[in-house]
Amino acid sequence: MSKHFGAVRAVSDVTFTVEPGRVTGFLGPNGAGKTTSLRMLLGLVRPTSGSATFGGTAYRDLARPLSTVGTALEASSFNPGRTARRHLAVYAAAAGIARSRIDEVLTLTGIAEAADRRVGGYSLGMRQRLGLAFALLGDPEVLVLDEPINGLDPEGIRWIRELLQHLAGEGRTVLVSSHLLSEVQQTVDRVVILSRGRIVHEGSLDDLEGAQRVLVNAQDRAALRAALLAAGLAVVDTDAGLAVPGTPADIGALAYRAGVALSLLQPERAGLEEVFLELVGSGEGAAA
Amino acid sequence: MIAALRSEVVKLATTRLWWVLALILIGYVGFTAALLAGLFGALGDQLSAQPNAPQLPPETIAPVVYSTVTAVGYVFPLILGTLAVTSEVRYQTLTPTFLAQPRRGRVLGAKLIVLGVTGALFGVIGLVASLGLGAPILAATGTDARLADSETWALAGRVVLAMALWAIIGVGVGSLIQNQVAAIVSVLAFTQFVEPVLRFGTSIWDWTAAVGRFLPGAASDALVGASIFTSFSGVGGTVRPLEWWQGGLVLLAVAAVVSVIGYVTAWRRDIT
Ligand SMILES: Nc1ncnc2c1ncn2[C@@H]1O[C@H](COP(=O)(O)OP(=O)(O)OP(=O)(O)O)[C@@H](O)[C@H]1O
Ligand SMILES: [Mg+2]
Repeated sequence: MSKHFGAVRAVSDVTFTVEPGRVTGFLGPNGAGKTTSLRMLLGLVRPTSGSATFGGTAYRDLARPLSTVGTALEASSFNPGRTARRHLAVYAAAAGIARSRIDEVLTLTGIAEAADRRVGGYSLGMRQRLGLAFALLGDPEVLVLDEPINGLDPEGIRWIRELLQHLAGEGRTVLVSSHLLSEVQQTVDRVVILSRGRIVHEGSLDDLEGAQRVLVNAQDRAALRAALLAAGLAVVDTDAGLAVPGTPADIGALAYRAGVALSLLQPERAGLEEVFLELVGSGEGAAA
Repeated sequence: MIAALRSEVVKLATTRLWWVLALILIGYVGFTAALLAGLFGALGDQLSAQPNAPQLPPETIAPVVYSTVTAVGYVFPLILGTLAVTSEVRYQTLTPTFLAQPRRGRVLGAKLIVLGVTGALFGVIGLVASLGLGAPILAATGTDARLADSETWALAGRVVLAMALWAIIGVGVGSLIQNQVAAIVSVLAFTQFVEPVLRFGTSIWDWTAAVGRFLPGAASDALVGASIFTSFSGVGGTVRPLEWWQGGLVLLAVAAVVSVIGYVTAWRRDIT
């Protein structure tokens, strides 16, 4: 799909597939075109060219849209004068969803106690939860969430991560956008990275990492270093331990064979964020 | 479509707007009807005694009092209809609305129908005020309240119809001018200033009066068949006001034109 707003090329030739049973991260810096892409997917914005479908059906042709695709977009789309329960009742009526489901999603998203208060008085996190409650209303097979973690407290962030993984585990399709890789890297199985309206990476997180590194340490650090060097690995000394290329599994096995008891074995995540920023930065360079 | 209608009903019922406007309507229409009933009741004799004073045949007093619902109150269903659309734009609830019902034409159709019914309800509420206060005051001042007259109840029916059409026009206006402030300013400026001036201006010559009777407010008064504004302005000459059904058709045409233009232009725009 492509979308131009006048002279602004918001999205250019973006093509990707989101698989069921996994959480797919849709990443990119501010203004990369994430929201525009998602709105085109949902029939809210007409693409300049291209199209998007859910299992072969365009959103506007879905027989039961809310029960097929659940959506939470970044904008808080509420009439402040309505209570959360009534807000959901409006769309449950439009989609023919039983009213009993409203209580279920209110409880699920943790705002049942505030459900009869006007949404105008809600905090950002509560609005975000109400947005999720709307997304879950139809118990959909596909979830499209635009920056759902914004404004959530740590408990809320953990809750949504677990929820998304649980939903994907049930075989549902989850697409979640964010402008921070670190925000979603524990949750997502695949990533699509957007920069300046173009896809700069699509694949698993492992692909993204390229040369993966592990931070490893032992009481007997000299023996560990010797074993790693003997395996032909490039070892970098840090305060916390030794940084070596490889996966935790490989390095752990190596240390085990050498008879070295490890005190630390940790995949290096800092590298991931750097790769991400580099990708996004190179995209900017290309578009400029 | 049933689901879309139900959703629009819930939308209206779950905000304060409709009953706030209904309360103001009751107060405004009730006050005006009571004032006119009292005035005509008390002054009727004196007016008819003076040949130079504007004349109001006694049998038209009751209709004029009861038709205050539309004469001064039509702007309320108009504003309700307009806000029903523009508030969705303002609060960005068109996003969940179109997610739940991606066929946008159906959403607009459901709004037109539900607001039409609500406008009719406003008509009934307004009549309760104008009849409820006007009739006893007329009776008390010795004027015929004409409650047994079938024409009075036919007028009530046409009032309800006119109020429904005004609410529908409001939806059309809202779908055309989606910015809430711009829409409300336009509605108030047109109904409270532009149209009254035009109606007065066009009544000066016959050929302009022939055009002026097609103005929506004039058409509304024609549909209802009585109005405090038309009773005194000597629409004499050769130009007669529209028939009631012609007035209704003019309002319907206005509703259709603004709704279709609104749908084709603004309603199908990108929601970003
Ligand atoms: N209605 C619009 N009119 C003009 N330009 C627009 C419109 N909507 C979006 N854009 C432009 O399209 C580009 C992409 O915007 P978009 O909202 O999709 O980015 P995003 O990736 O969601 O950013 P963020 O992380 O800030 O939410 C931006 O340059 C933005 O200014
Ligand atoms: Mg965005």
